[in-house]
Amino acid sequence: MENIFVNISGSIRELIGVLGLPPLFNEAVMITVKVTGILLFIVLNALWLVYMERKVAGYIQCRYGPNRVGPKGLLQTAADISKLISKEIIIPSGADKILFLLAPVLIFTPPLMVFMVVPFGQNMAAVDLNIGVFYFLAVASLSTVIFWIAGWASNNKYSLLGGMRVVAQMISYELPMVLAVLGVVMITGTLNMSDIVRAQENLWFIFAQPVAFLIYFIAGVAECNRVPFDLTEGESEIVAGPFTEYSGMGFALFFLAEYTNVMLVSFMAATLFLGGWLAPFGLTIIPGWAWMLIKVYIMIFLFMWLRWTYPRVRVDQLMGFGWKVLVPLSLANIFITGVAIKVLDKMGW
Amino acid sequence: MLRTEEFTLNMGPQHPATHGVLRLILHLDGETIVKVEPVVGYLHRGIEKLAEARTYTQVIPYTDRLDYLAAMLNNLGYVQAVEKLMGIEIPERAEYIRIIVSEMSRIASHCIAVGTYALDLGGFTGFMYPFREREKLMDMFEMISGSRMTHSYMRIGGVAADLPEEFYPAIKKFLKEFPSCVDEYDGLITGNEIFQARTKGVGVLSQEKAVQYSISGPTLRGSGVNYDLRKARPYGIYDRFDFEVPVGEKGDCFDRYYCRIQEMRQSHRIIEQALEQLEELPGGPVMAKVPKVLKPPKGEVYHEIEGAKGILGYYVVSDGTTKPYRVHIRRPSFINLDLLDEMCRGWKIADVVAILGSIDIVLGEVDC
Repeated sequence: MENIFVNISGSIRELIGVLGLPPLFNEAVMITVKVTGILLFIVLNALWLVYMERKVAGYIQCRYGPNRVGPKGLLQTAADISKLISKEIIIPSGADKILFLLAPVLIFTPPLMVFMVVPFGQNMAAVDLNIGVFYFLAVASLSTVIFWIAGWASNNKYSLLGGMRVVAQMISYELPMVLAVLGVVMITGTLNMSDIVRAQENLWFIFAQPVAFLIYFIAGVAECNRVPFDLTEGESEIVAGPFTEYSGMGFALFFLAEYTNVMLVSFMAATLFLGGWLAPFGLTIIPGWAWMLIKVYIMIFLFMWLRWTYPRVRVDQLMGFGWKVLVPLSLANIFITGVAIKVLDKMGW
Repeated sequence: MLRTEEFTLNMGPQHPATHGVLRLILHLDGETIVKVEPVVGYLHRGIEKLAEARTYTQVIPYTDRLDYLAAMLNNLGYVQAVEKLMGIEIPERAEYIRIIVSEMSRIASHCIAVGTYALDLGGFTGFMYPFREREKLMDMFEMISGSRMTHSYMRIGGVAADLPEEFYPAIKKFLKEFPSCVDEYDGLITGNEIFQARTKGVGVLSQEKAVQYSISGPTLRGSGVNYDLRKARPYGIYDRFDFEVPVGEKGDCFDRYYCRIQEMRQSHRIIEQALEQLEELPGGPVMAKVPKVLKPPKGEVYHEIEGAKGILGYYVVSDGTTKPYRVHIRRPSFINLDLLDEMCRGWKIADVVAILGSIDIVLGEVDC
């Protein structure tokens, strides 16, 4: 069980190898297979997360949530998506047509690119990149540009305000996030995600770096534009922010991208702080990739719990919190981590 | 040359946070408010004019549609005004029933105010919890009057019918549960750090300004003015009950909100006492002896009550016929909306929503 996916991948490789084609072709096929696998995983998970969110919301709000379409309402999201696909895509007059249509297409790209380096289990990263953490931080923030494109291209004032908010928010929260992750990198001395997971064999970094985890979590919520930091969408203020003018599938893609981002941030949290695929209490009966998923889902549940409990902060409060609290705190964390590493090193740990 | 420009944003009439069809023209400098122009009238139905072509009894259903979230209170104001004009004494039993249903209506209205306020600030769960209690109240209203929102339950001279048998256990169960439900709102909404950060110190309405502009209801009391008609000039039989008037200190959004939470507790106390006293009363009629065709004497009357949103006044002029010559309604939501511009200036877009929500308007009443 532990190596089921690695074995599948190995056997596919052998299968193509038999054909005797040039190695470059073999690699290309392998990458395609992996990308397709990840894409399927992401899309199915995003669909499931929409359903899960609605059920969690129902549970928190003393109601049932979807329970009509399919058993226990399981097919609700599928029904919603098929409805959205069948809807007309309305392009507002005065909108920048190309950019308007490009934004929802592009929105899936950054998370998908990051998922390539996520170690789903032992030896289960599609690309075992040696600067994985750096790559994650660099690529994940690209989605800011896409939100801004959507906000700008819609030619709508609410969208523009939403776009402005995205940029302001991302700049304020990218920084503490990077600084928080730096604490982990300082301990491990590597940017490779698989190595970071292996370094947590004895102690998960949530215990070694609790402050960094907290900062990462808060910044992660802001990264995903979720309550209490969902200023971008802020439905009671600016209707739907950059998505205001989108209809049909364009809207659905943004919607699914939000869940993909949640998944991504949770995967990174599990990898960097919760010991990735490592089993706690020596429970190795459950395979590593399953542990990874369990940890990810705990994180996702936390996100949802937060969303259905808290109101939204105001735009200036959000930035004030980012710059005045999180950045100094993460800098202090780095300082303390640095000193502690040196001292422990001298003591011969 | 680089230059900045003022930016006009048309918020509403279709907008998730304007509580109906209010249109706000926002003049913005970035996200900061320079000026707010409320545009009303999208829900204008001409109720005052319609009343002139109806008999006195036929006006009652129109009053339901003013503040449709607290319809019993609107009924009460109108029927008491006409009763005052005609000098009708109503049976004691009817008085008690009126108190019970109008305080229930107040709780239902405040439930919406509190719930939608949480929703305006982005907390969806805070919206669902008060609605749960409101639903129970709606069920009870249905038992009493047959309809959930537009009850038309009160009559000139009493109420349409006595309380049904099944109402008593339902209200007792509700009264037992309700205090812990309000505690729940306190835990979920009032105590929340972000909620407090969003509301404390925002949209301050000074005591003098509030009085000058004749603001009323929880919006006035949030500014620290202790003025509640139920205490100041008791109408009906309000002088028989023991309750307090919650008052805020600073006049910010939080104080206005918190006044409503406390008022729900006070209304609960009033209902409890009224129910106790009602059950001691012997059974009897719930309607005074009034003629089938109402012909109030020539003259005019103004009567005001403490509605859920503020002071609700009815001005009725009679020319001695079966139809009122003129009905004018002092709608608290409309008057409370006056100061929106001043309260919003210098705050952010998100605060406009917070301030508007804290005034708690209902557009049926603003536009009339």
